[in-house]
Amino acid sequence: MFRRFLSSAVHSGSPRTLGEVSNFPGAKAPFTHDLSFLKGNDPLPVFRILSANGEVLNPAYDPKLTDEHAVKLMEGMVRLNTLDMILYNAQRQGRISFYMTNTGEEAVQFGSSTVLHPEDEIFAQYREAGVLLERGFSLQELMAQCFGSYKDNGKGRQMPVHYGSKKLHFQTISSPLGTQIPQAAGAGYAMKLLGKPNVVMCYFGDGAASEGDFHAALNFAATLECPTVFFCRNNGYAISTPTSDQYRGDGIVARGLGYGIHSVRVDGNDLLAVIACTKAARELAVEKKAPVLIEAMTYRGGHHSTSDDSTRYRSEAELNYWNREQNPIARFRHYLFGRKLWTEDREKELQLQVRKQVLAELDAAEKDPKPAIEQLFEDVYESMPWHLQEQKQEMLAHVRKYAKDYKLEEFAKNV
Amino acid sequence: MFVRGSVSKAVRTGVCGRMFSSGPSPLLVSDPDPSFGPATSMNMFSAINDAMKLTLERDKTAVIFGEDVAFGGVFRCTMGLRDSFGAHRVFNTPLSEQGIAGFAIGLAAMGVTALAEIQFADYIFPAFDQIVNEAAKYRYRSGGMFDVGGLVFRTPSSAVGHGGHYHSQSPEAYFAHTPGLKVVTPRSAIEAKGLLLASIATRDPIIFLEPKILYRASVEQVPTGYYTIPLGKAQVVKTGSDVTVVGWGSQMHVLNRAVKMAEEKEGISCELIDLRTIMPWDRETVLNSVKKTGRLVVAHEAPVTNGFGSEIAAAMQEHAFLHLEAPVVRVCGYDTPFPLSHERFYVPDVLRCYEGISKAVHY
Repeated sequence: MFRRFLSSAVHSGSPRTLGEVSNFPGAKAPFTHDLSFLKGNDPLPVFRILSANGEVLNPAYDPKLTDEHAVKLMEGMVRLNTLDMILYNAQRQGRISFYMTNTGEEAVQFGSSTVLHPEDEIFAQYREAGVLLERGFSLQELMAQCFGSYKDNGKGRQMPVHYGSKKLHFQTISSPLGTQIPQAAGAGYAMKLLGKPNVVMCYFGDGAASEGDFHAALNFAATLECPTVFFCRNNGYAISTPTSDQYRGDGIVARGLGYGIHSVRVDGNDLLAVIACTKAARELAVEKKAPVLIEAMTYRGGHHSTSDDSTRYRSEAELNYWNREQNPIARFRHYLFGRKLWTEDREKELQLQVRKQVLAELDAAEKDPKPAIEQLFEDVYESMPWHLQEQKQEMLAHVRKYAKDYKLEEFAKNV
Repeated sequence: MFVRGSVSKAVRTGVCGRMFSSGPSPLLVSDPDPSFGPATSMNMFSAINDAMKLTLERDKTAVIFGEDVAFGGVFRCTMGLRDSFGAHRVFNTPLSEQGIAGFAIGLAAMGVTALAEIQFADYIFPAFDQIVNEAAKYRYRSGGMFDVGGLVFRTPSSAVGHGGHYHSQSPEAYFAHTPGLKVVTPRSAIEAKGLLLASIATRDPIIFLEPKILYRASVEQVPTGYYTIPLGKAQVVKTGSDVTVVGWGSQMHVLNRAVKMAEEKEGISCELIDLRTIMPWDRETVLNSVKKTGRLVVAHEAPVTNGFGSEIAAAMQEHAFLHLEAPVVRVCGYDTPFPLSHERFYVPDVLRCYEGISKAVHY
């Protein structure tokens, strides 16, 4: 008996089913006489349009970017890359306290963002600065946030790279991983409830997908039919943890199927594929009033953050392969060369120009005062309760007494 | 047997020894404020249901969701609402508290009024991260750009006679330690409706703790129209001159009896205060009372160490130091998990509260 079970489990593929369908409320499934344990075998394929040297492999899905649009996306990616290098170094010089680069994930960010509508709400993790830039976030706003100056939308309260913009429908980033995922499901439900023709876009990494919040979110979005696009950036690492320590299934995309969600896997280093895929996902979410899961396969080309040295857990050869041979900007560059829309000189010129702009903004932001110290107590609640008013007065009295010790000249005066 | 998801027999019948053992009128009952208009007899779950019904009528963006709310809820608080307002506004969620909380935050961030139910306060902890790190900090961390002001977490809390570890907890102190949250708990049907409507109107995220033992037991003449009872305001339920007695939620009914006992047995004149809002709490009302009486007893079901009574005691020694005639007495749950067979020894019952009052007065 046991031997028979083993043989059927190991040798047959999926179990042979009988005609009759079970009546269990939990699943409408056919009966079988084969005892067999199932395990996914073949990995789900990665959708791609561009080859490594920038040729269009499948014209049927080519998003057919206009010259202007294609160049704009390239400029955006180069700009982000240049900005990242400068701010990474600025952190190394102690000018800002912390930074996280987007290296290797530029196509994921620009490709997905460019097909969204301006009022599609975005819930992001922290490695999506390109999405903000694509939407029109200014360098000044970005620098103000990293420096926590009085010009920061967030009033200097959060660590660098925790951006947010009400105007650009980009919910403020928070550090706890995965928390934005069920929030994006709720926001998607709100879109439906309020009759808005928009979707919610939710970004997260492969590591965050191990959090309980990911599970809750996908299950809620499926059962409550929320028009939310869940966009996983699978870049191979969560700080030092490789995906082999993160999960044993077929990545993140395979989980979507278990939740009853339309799911797709895309080459995240292929700008055209990301564009085509996100556009189709958005249309599907709007049309079906249902969630969609995208897993974009990519590679984290930089360190996790400025507090991390990734050479301690991955090889230089691996890094070089991805940053040189499989880089999303390089691949799109080849494509643009093919369309005669881009030259190396133009790229160098752009880099110089961006460098100049960024350094100027950096210097300015560095000199800007921090927000007025009274703002420490604002926005905890809609209006300030008595105990915070009392604590504010207490702080002000103390600071007045020891003014010299608190470098008050670095802070804006309250008006 | 009382398990998650089943309606408690004690709640159905209103039977609980520590509150109802003797006396013709064991529960503290108030008259409605006449300015709130006509009133009718309601128990607490009906008053809560009525508050939510009014909200769904007045606010077209309001939604109610949680585990088992569609059929009326395991405590009947959402009864009839799905039929009246539609499945898109009153709906079940999958069984996941972190999901409910995250989903609620997303709704509220889009401007929706999100009335989320956590089936028992004991099960709010899976949502603790979403509530503490996300909801509470949403406005602050975004510099006021975004907020989740339309969010209320309703949850049944506190002892019920036989709830054991996970159907009895009073978690208010965990949330009172989190800037950005408001924590509210009513003592009766009238209070429940007015405080819940005020919580919904408030543009800050709220933890609304409903003492489940009162769902059927607390019956009052509840105003049928829309009215609010302001948050952050304690109520002097009974004036007195010898000692100030502070509590909240179902403990108010225990304290009411303890106060009567102290008056009958020893002629002690007690001033009884319902804090109503745990955070931000009404220090002024308590302080004025303590300055008058010179003595303070605080009682809550939650464990004593780091319970909210500690905050009140510390604030009074700081601000009423020269007025205090005796140490502040805290009559609370012990620092153990909430027990099943030993519940009557664990809870700060009428006798323990009476003893505390007597101790404060005879110090």
